[in-house]
Amino acid sequence: MKDLAERGRFGDYGGLFVPESLVAACREVEGAFREARSDPGFRERLETLLALHVGRPTPLTPAPRLSAELGVTLLLKREDLTHTGSHKINNVLGQALLATRMGRTRLIAETGAGMHGVAVATGAALLGLRATVFMGERDVERQALNVFRMRMLGAEVVTVGAGSRTLKDATSEAMRHWVSATEEAYYCVGSVVGPTPYPWMVREFQRVIGDEARGQCAGALASAVPDYVVACVGGGSNAAGTFAGFVDTAARLVGVEAEGGAGASRGRLGVLHGFRSLFLQDEHGQITEAHSIAAGLDYPGVGPEHAYLRDLGRARYVTVSDEEVVGAAVRLARTEGIVPALESAHAIAWVIRAAVAGELPPGATVLITLSGRGDKDMSTLKELV
Amino acid sequence: MSLERRLRDRGRKLLMPYVTGGITDDWTGYLRSFAAAGADAIELGLPFSDPTLDGATIQEASDAALARGATAHGILAEIDGLGLDVPLVASTYYNLVLRDGTSAFCAALRQAGIAGLIVPDLPLEEAGELAEAAAATGIDLVLLASPSTPSPRLYEIARRSRGFVYAVSRMGTTGERAALAESAGALAERIKQVGDLPVLLGFGISTPEQAVEAARRADGVVVGAAIMRRILDGAGPDDVGTYVTALRRALDQESDERR
Ligand SMILES: Cc1ncc(COP(=O)(O)O)c(C=O)c1O
Repeated sequence: MKDLAERGRFGDYGGLFVPESLVAACREVEGAFREARSDPGFRERLETLLALHVGRPTPLTPAPRLSAELGVTLLLKREDLTHTGSHKINNVLGQALLATRMGRTRLIAETGAGMHGVAVATGAALLGLRATVFMGERDVERQALNVFRMRMLGAEVVTVGAGSRTLKDATSEAMRHWVSATEEAYYCVGSVVGPTPYPWMVREFQRVIGDEARGQCAGALASAVPDYVVACVGGGSNAAGTFAGFVDTAARLVGVEAEGGAGASRGRLGVLHGFRSLFLQDEHGQITEAHSIAAGLDYPGVGPEHAYLRDLGRARYVTVSDEEVVGAAVRLARTEGIVPALESAHAIAWVIRAAVAGELPPGATVLITLSGRGDKDMSTLKELV
Repeated sequence: MSLERRLRDRGRKLLMPYVTGGITDDWTGYLRSFAAAGADAIELGLPFSDPTLDGATIQEASDAALARGATAHGILAEIDGLGLDVPLVASTYYNLVLRDGTSAFCAALRQAGIAGLIVPDLPLEEAGELAEAAAATGIDLVLLASPSTPSPRLYEIARRSRGFVYAVSRMGTTGERAALAESAGALAERIKQVGDLPVLLGFGISTPEQAVEAARRADGVVVGAAIMRRILDGAGPDDVGTYVTALRRALDQESDERR
């Protein structure tokens, strides 16, 4: 599987569907990443930043009260405890180091929930780079706290008023901007999406989640490997990073999508934002708008590796509703004292539903990646809880 | 006759105006006015929801056409039987091609009398399947070259393109600009050094002066956003025809003077 990814393909998915003007830039990123990943100096710098700045390794926390209620054994991989509050920082520091190695002075990024944007603003500040973050108008409203955090960190936030005014259009605008700035700027993609090498590279920078969790599970579980590994899927980076640690085990991999943003579950073959994968679209081939209470999952497609894992039957993709998600966030808060990001609450919501429905056998061991913390969602939740 | 032959036979600097299909109720009137104003080919945009290589004007035009209910097949049905004597070159994003499948999509273009196809998000690396389907159907798949394209690759693009080579004048999206980019002329010359196909410069050419400047080093020009801006502002086929006539005259005058 690794070999496939290195060639930029995941079966029929992935590829380099970019305008000619971006081909050279994508190739340059790919070349730089290949070099960097086999350079011990680069790896050491990244590991040091992850340890001292991000606070890795993140804990694997048991969830005893919710486990008892559900009759299963839950383990939470705590990406919410990273500096900046979500897994996005793992990928950003890798790419920001790469950008400096390539001599770029500015990071460009798209963001939905604002967590990737905050991570980019943070990485840029840390390494002395400038940052320009594109964000849909709707997300600027519902994730206002993160907009302020980005500006506090010195990033420029560009509001995108086109189309759905969410992550899809922010990504289009970031790509348009990159075309005119490839000499000076590096495009720091926030998930396992985009043209080659991004889906592969972002997964490699996120596999620290799965690699750590694999080791931690070995210490925490008699079986060493959990029965289920569950993560939420927007573009799919926290899931891809988590799955990478378990894809060669017997664990069942489950990606949980938002009902209104279910690229892997309901998408059809298409091409958008530089890659071939599954996208929500109408019968004429027009991309349809996603709708989710979680801005980070409000994307009509899914990373190519997930489309591939789905076709192989190695991972399965399920959906949960906004109501289930809010219920799950409240329940985790009140049983374990952890307020999850609404994105992460998707993974919790499916586990609750599956446990109640008897789909998870009693006593099953379940690893859930808690991709981020819920602070950013307080204004949304305030209206609902 | 091949698109390349038809373009060469014009024996003058080439002018290819662009229109977004389905932009107004009587949008095919723009095709007629382009032809009457002396267009050598017409680029027909099949609107896509997420045109990532287009600037604000063509985005707005695409959204407006889609909001009117435009679809690729609807647009093709409307041009069927128009009897224009100017070749039409469709342009759209790859997702629309994939929706039908490459062969079915090319067959539909052919059926509607379209001569060529431009897909801006399909670089050489990914173009194989569509190139084969297009060749099998008799559609000329036009490839794009950009200022960032290195020379060996430019050679490959010139070799595999059909009809003409679309030279993207600058690193950026479509849209009007105050001046022609420095990179434009140099790119056109680099392409002409490595191949024989006509080279049309596009992106940001908005005035007759810019068209003349571009055509000094290329075989012709594509004018898109400047036309769509006028249409979005309410210009009908006659008004836009006047603008295209001005472009035509400027290009012809320039060639006469140089002769
Ligand atoms: C906390 C959190 N989890 C998950 C996601 C979804 O991204 P991905 O699917 O790439 O992990 C986001 C994206 O914004 C996020 O902020």
